[in-house]
Parts: sequence; C-alpha cells; structure tokens
Amino acid sequence: MRITQGCFSFLPDLTDEQIRAQVEYCLSNDWAIGIEYTDDPHPRNTYWNMWGNPMFDLKDAAGVLMELDACKKANPDVYIKLIAFDSTRGFETVRTAFLVQRPKVEPHFTMTRTDVAGRSMNYTLATVQP
Amino acid sequence: MPEADALPVAAPQKIDLAEDFQSSGVAEILRELDEELIGLAPVKQRIRETAALLLVDRARVKLGLAHETPTLHMSFTGNPGVGKTTVALKMAGLLHRLGYIRKGHLVSVTRDDLVGQYIGHTAPKTREVLKKAMGGVLFIDEAYYLYKPDNERDYGQEAIEILLQVMENHRDDLVVILAGYADRMDKFFASNPGFRSRIAHHIEFPDYTDAELLRIAETMLGRNEYAFDTGGRDAMRAYITARRALPHFANARSIRNALDRARLRQANRLFEAGAPVDAQTLSTLTEADISASRVFGGGLAHERSEG
Repeated sequence: MRITQGCFSFLPDLTDEQIRAQVEYCLSNDWAIGIEYTDDPHPRNTYWNMWGNPMFDLKDAAGVLMELDACKKANPDVYIKLIAFDSTRGFETVRTAFLVQRPKVEPHFTMTRTDVAGRSMNYTLATVQP
Repeated sequence: MPEADALPVAAPQKIDLAEDFQSSGVAEILRELDEELIGLAPVKQRIRETAALLLVDRARVKLGLAHETPTLHMSFTGNPGVGKTTVALKMAGLLHRLGYIRKGHLVSVTRDDLVGQYIGHTAPKTREVLKKAMGGVLFIDEAYYLYKPDNERDYGQEAIEILLQVMENHRDDLVVILAGYADRMDKFFASNPGFRSRIAHHIEFPDYTDAELLRIAETMLGRNEYAFDTGGRDAMRAYITARRALPHFANARSIRNALDRARLRQANRLFEAGAPVDAQTLSTLTEADISASRVFGGGLAHERSEG
C-alpha cells in the first residue's frame, strides 16, 4: 500500500533535483534538517530512528544530500524522511517533513474489530510487513 | 516549426572578457583587495592570474568548448599576521562571483574542530564541519597539526582521509584552503602526497617590509580615528625595526597589539595630566606612547633571558 505521510505524499516521489530544491528552501528559512528512517510507517509511530543529529547552521543543500546518500546506502529498503525544524521563538517545531525514500514493497495495515462491553467496538490498526 | 526545434540553442559567438570581468563583480573584488591590503604584491598577482584563468574557463563553457571543472583547492603559506585569513575571505567572494561555489561563505577551522577526543569521534566531527562548509570555502588554519608523525594512533590521520575523500568527490561543492607556516606546510605535504596532488594553487605570502608595516599601522589608526604626530611616527618606525628582531613577531598582528597598548598608554597619560582635552589631543598618539614600550628594552624579561 502506498503510504501517504508528510508533504507532497500525494505527488509522485520527488526526484533528487526536487529534493535538493526543497532542502535549499528549508535552509533559506534557517530551518535545521534532520534525517529519519523506519520500517514501520504506522500513523501513530511518531518516533522514527534518527540518522545522526539534526543539522544546524548549514548553508548549502550539498551537506544534507551527502548525509542522505549515506543513510540510503546503509538503509536501502526502508522509509526515509527529511524533517525541517524551525527554532524561531513561537514556532520551535517541525515546519515541514517529506518522504525521500520508500521500500520496494510497502507494508500495509490491518484493522481488527473487537466487541467489548455492551455494543461498543474497539478498533486496532496494525502494520503488516510484506 | 519542427526544423527550428531540431536546431541546437545558438551559442554566443563572441564573449567580451573585459565586460565579463566588470559585470561578474570580479573587478570589484580585486579592487577591494588592492585598496584594503597593503603590500602583498605577489599574492595579488597570483589572485589576479587565478581570476583570469577562471574567467577564461567560464567563457569556454559558454562557447561550448571542452572543459573540466578546475581544481580550486589552495594552500596559503606564510608567517603569522600576513593576511592569509583576510585573503581567504576575499577568495571566497571571488569564487562565489565567478559561480564556482554556490554560497560564498568562509568556514575557518583548526585541528580542534576536525579531530575528536576518542575513537569514533573524529569522523562525525569532520563531517559536521564539511557539511557546514558545503557551498563555500573551508579554511584550515595551521593544517600541519592534523598530521602527527610521532603518534601513529593519532586521530588526525582519520580527519585527513575524510578530507581527501570529500576534496575529490565534492569538488563542485566546496573549496578547501590549507594555511600555515611555509616550512611546516612543506613537511606536511611531503608526508601527505594526497594533499599535494589535490591542491592546484600554492600561494606564498611574503613578510611585510618595515615601510609597509608603518602604512598598515597608520591605516589601522585611521580606521579608529587616531593618528600619529611626527614624533609618534618616528617612534613607531623604530618600534617596528626593534620588534622584528624579537621572537614571536607576527607582522600586522604584532602591530595591532602594539597600537592597542599605545592607546592604553595614551589614555593613561591624558588621564594623569588632568588637563581638559580636545578632539585633537584625544586622537593623537605621541612619541611617549610608543617609546614606553618594553620592546625598546629588548622585549619581555623571560624572552631576554632566553636569547
């Protein structure tokens, strides 16, 4: 199942050139870029693995792409996303995040309905790895 | 019109280099270099030559001639205080105007910023610095400290390997400038042939002459709205000659420190005199402010006993 999470996820996957342009945009706003990866794209899985520390004080996208290449090389078949953190007082939060790599075969989700007290129903969503 | 589509985009037939020189902003940088830096004639000449080479190279690209990205890594050798960092800053501006680096900032580092304290600390630290320098110029001051031949387990070697790799693979992304004393840099290059072959431009910075140092002193004072009187200028001339003979002479940096101390003495002198002062008095350094320096007595006590 094609996962749609973060910015641009309903568009075709970004090319390297487009990723570079997005990173340039983030850096021009003085946002710090972090690289994160996971094999579990469950919507409630907020904490992905970090690839190194978020990168502050960069001037050019080449530095981010160098790290991204290293991350892709080490983790060729997982989800990788770039997140841009805005440290401006009042924001202090992630301003954008987008996927830059997907596994070749994506996992899907399964939903379990459980009858509980009365006529209530509990729903559980779980990731099913291919 | 399908025929028109098939034609390649017409390349310009002629390029006016002089026009390019002005419009790219290179002329401006070279003029600033000439005006702001006193002396250093051979350095300015080399930079002008490099600028010419890069301009011609760019013109060749525009006309569609064969070209490959020139290697732009450099080494600046010379004694302390001869303006290596200042020139590196100008060089970053120059390369940026010519379009060889995308952002044009200068990241100035020494061994401490590149080499870690324990196993596994060096690589991330070096990469961190390299990432920050991407799109600009990485200036490594006293680069020879990276290599310590007497300790084969020194982490400097690891930093050197990462540097060499990035200098080769990311030639379009950053320019590395190594700086340091001439003799130690020579030794460094001799034991690290990888560096020598990746560095195309070796620029030597000569020491300033006494006359140049005096002009530098006056420029420095002028910037802060101070000036010498006649006696003060003569004393400064004598000071420069005397200071050069002493150890730890650092050209323009020594002059700057001497002037800072002279201003201190001037302030004390005016304060102790207790008389009302005008703007003229406040901005004049006299002979007394300079000649009270310990340099005329043969330097600091511990330096005298050494020599």
